[in-house]
Amino acid sequence: MSVTLKNITKIFTDQDDKSKEFTAVDSVNIEIKEGEMVTFLGPSGCGKTTTLRIISGFEKQTKGDVFIDGQLVNDLPANKRNSSMVFQSYAIFPHLTVEQNIGFGLELKGMKKSQIKGEVDTIMATMGLSALGARQPSQLSGGQQQRVALARAIVTKPRVLLFDEPLSNLDAKLRDQMRTEIRRIQQQFGITSIYVTHDQAEAMTVSDRIMVMDKGRIQQLGTPFEIYSRPTNHFVADFIGRANFFKGMVKKIDTDLTLEINQKEYRFPSFNKDVVVGKRATVVLRPEGLKIEKPNDQAFFNGVVQEAVYLGSTVEYQITVKGRTEPIVAISYNPVKEGLYRVGDQVGVSFDAISAHVIS
Amino acid sequence: MKQRIISSWHDVIRLSKDPLLLGVILLLLISLVLFIIYPLYKVVVVSFQVDGSFSIKNFTDVMTYSNGYYLKALFNSLWMGVATAVLGTFIAYIFAYSLTRANIPGRKFFNLIATIPIISPPFIGALAVIMLFGRNGFVSSTLLGMQNANVYGPRGLLFAQVLTFFPVAYITLRGVLESISPTLEDAAMDLGGNRFTIFRKVTLPLSIPGIASSMLVLFVESLADFGNPLVLAGAQFPILSVQAYLEITGMGNFAKGAALAFILLVPSVSAYLLQKYWVSKKQYVTVTGKPTQSSNDVVSPTARRLLFVVCCLIAACIILVYASIVWGAFAESWGNSNKLTLQNFVYVWRVGFESVLDTLVIAGLSTPLAGTIGMVIAFLVVRKQFWGRKFMEFSSMLSFALPGTVVGIGYILAFNQHPFYLTGTLLILLLNFIFRYLPVGVQGGVAVLKQIDPSIEEAAIDLGADSNKTFRKVTLPLMIPAFFSSLIFSFVRSMTAISAAIFLVSARWKLMTVQIMSQVESGRIGAAAAFSLILVAIILAAMAVIKLILRLKYHTTSSILSH
Repeated sequence: MSVTLKNITKIFTDQDDKSKEFTAVDSVNIEIKEGEMVTFLGPSGCGKTTTLRIISGFEKQTKGDVFIDGQLVNDLPANKRNSSMVFQSYAIFPHLTVEQNIGFGLELKGMKKSQIKGEVDTIMATMGLSALGARQPSQLSGGQQQRVALARAIVTKPRVLLFDEPLSNLDAKLRDQMRTEIRRIQQQFGITSIYVTHDQAEAMTVSDRIMVMDKGRIQQLGTPFEIYSRPTNHFVADFIGRANFFKGMVKKIDTDLTLEINQKEYRFPSFNKDVVVGKRATVVLRPEGLKIEKPNDQAFFNGVVQEAVYLGSTVEYQITVKGRTEPIVAISYNPVKEGLYRVGDQVGVSFDAISAHVIS
Repeated sequence: MKQRIISSWHDVIRLSKDPLLLGVILLLLISLVLFIIYPLYKVVVVSFQVDGSFSIKNFTDVMTYSNGYYLKALFNSLWMGVATAVLGTFIAYIFAYSLTRANIPGRKFFNLIATIPIISPPFIGALAVIMLFGRNGFVSSTLLGMQNANVYGPRGLLFAQVLTFFPVAYITLRGVLESISPTLEDAAMDLGGNRFTIFRKVTLPLSIPGIASSMLVLFVESLADFGNPLVLAGAQFPILSVQAYLEITGMGNFAKGAALAFILLVPSVSAYLLQKYWVSKKQYVTVTGKPTQSSNDVVSPTARRLLFVVCCLIAACIILVYASIVWGAFAESWGNSNKLTLQNFVYVWRVGFESVLDTLVIAGLSTPLAGTIGMVIAFLVVRKQFWGRKFMEFSSMLSFALPGTVVGIGYILAFNQHPFYLTGTLLILLLNFIFRYLPVGVQGGVAVLKQIDPSIEEAAIDLGADSNKTFRKVTLPLMIPAFFSSLIFSFVRSMTAISAAIFLVSARWKLMTVQIMSQVESGRIGAAAAFSLILVAIILAAMAVIKLILRLKYHTTSSILSH
């Protein structure tokens, strides 16, 4: 089932000082297709959770429309929207057993006891919870609570599944495991899902598309590949992964874009549409797109190794370049073949034009 | 067992290297035995003894006395306890729910109103009931024109007790409701529940342990209450605590009095133990996650309006009670002449000035001592391992469960003869107050210390401080807010105490509460009201001073009455 947001804006007013306003969500437009999993990604306070709560019905937008499955749901309260939320704190009812928690939504729908039992048993088997039905929530581990919360949301067969930073309370290893599982279950049931997180690795693994937000606005909407390798602006490039930025002057645009950096011209096949000839632009180079070699005249930059962190499969270098405040970050794969450089070594840095991307 | 003996022996050896600590522990253990356990022991011994040997004759006597008059008193006390518990908790729940969940206007005001009865003497309710509904009552006589309205009996008493004790339930239930994460209500709504279903299936079930706990506490409080029944119960509706008092002071029959006290003790202690060791363990803990603020309304506009009206009615009742006290204090003759005058205050000044001074001396001396001892016990109980630690915690908290009447009778039985002849002295009053109001300090201190990571103290030791210096420089400053909260509490309680103290006052050492009581009994309502007003004024002034000290010196605020 699809979810469509049209021009959603949310303005909070200060309770004590009515003149103070804060725009949490600013003109958000998005169309989420049936069975798709979209992640809202951004730093805290970017408006992602507010947007999610507007979709669930817990928050009322100041302006704009929410459509679920083509139906306008602006005036439908949360309990009538047939969307299910997996809460950050799991919100498992402490006075009910695991079974009763999972069956809660079905009970509210007025389903027969015997039927509830069947549904709950099935979902518990799918989620690997079968042995825990009679447990109290306080007897569950964090990962198990997470599963119960997910099972409780799915069992009601919602049209839309909403995740509010569901993994932020788990330890790193469990988080990796759960995010693959969430993705597996989402695809198995084919439920349209919206997932809020500030963790980009999480967003990358679970999503069909990612909506990057900052200051209430959509910064970019695209597949994980597009978001990472073809960022639309500086914020996205900087927020997702690590990036080196080099400013230059746009000389020419044909099939490629010609950028002059440090009195040398370079051609880049990938660039944003808003880049203009004669204006300044920035090329985004990911650390893995850079190559470290002996210093030479053809190199993009020559500099000195300031820091080298050897991690076995990779080496991370920070290279200081004259006239540049930020050191260049580069990752060398297969260090046995590429050779190791030490702190203080003179090195040259070059890049693969194909992995670079130019933003305005 | 053998291991336990060995480990206790190790404790002794370890403590003997720290003679100050050992000395403090021993002194406290002896004091707790002497001033909490021993009086209780005396009540039990005297009630089960006839002519120096074991007998249950006192009990059979008491139960058959005057066609089961005392049996009726027991029944009445229990009935009143249950009724106060149910009604008080019900009202408190509505109040607490409205203030925490319904987003009604004037929440700060309602909260303030609900906490006023806590700082007033427990019989103000009774006094107000007489002034409003009695023979010359404002409502009964002036408004309704009733002749010879009779407030003495169960209804008047129930009103007074609910008014007096519902704030205790309110504070408990408020805490319980605040601890229920709004996310749970969001989740229930998200799963398709409407507002009433959410309340019925989530909010209410989650508050059940809190409701049970509050009922048990109110039951214990009502059973132990002395001031209200002394004024309001009347001869037709005997109440156990009052009858025990009359048996001792009126008839001088210590054995029967002790037997009645023992009968009173059993349900109180049972309810207390049930609350402490069973119900409080059932409290639900919201499992994980950071608290999320819910902007979602769980109460419909209609329900909100209804709750607001109910809160207004409850608040109006409380205001009416206090307004009548203030008015009565300045009225020439309550019910007959409402001309404003200061003659009641002049009278109080002449008759009661001495008792004001005495009360201030007693409360002023016992309060800091109770607070300090409470903190030291809390520290020892949480941070130190020693033989008798569990006993120290249990006995120092026991006073919560003991009706004042029982303690008062225990004190006169225990300290009326050699080697501890203390009757009529300042000391007996001081000791009584110190050990009676110890639990709040201990409880507050324990709560604070359990939140302080022991590694903070270890860090101080690591940096070169010895255990004494660590306590003074690190632990104690962290306990300051709990300390001042306990000061406020024990000061209020010392100023308003009556049930135990009424046995211990003498011609030389008088208490305001006892004086107010005798004014009520002799029908001088105006004087009693004026006296009560002065008492409340002193308490408010003392609280302001303590809060000021806290703010100026420690830049923190006490939590007990500033929720």
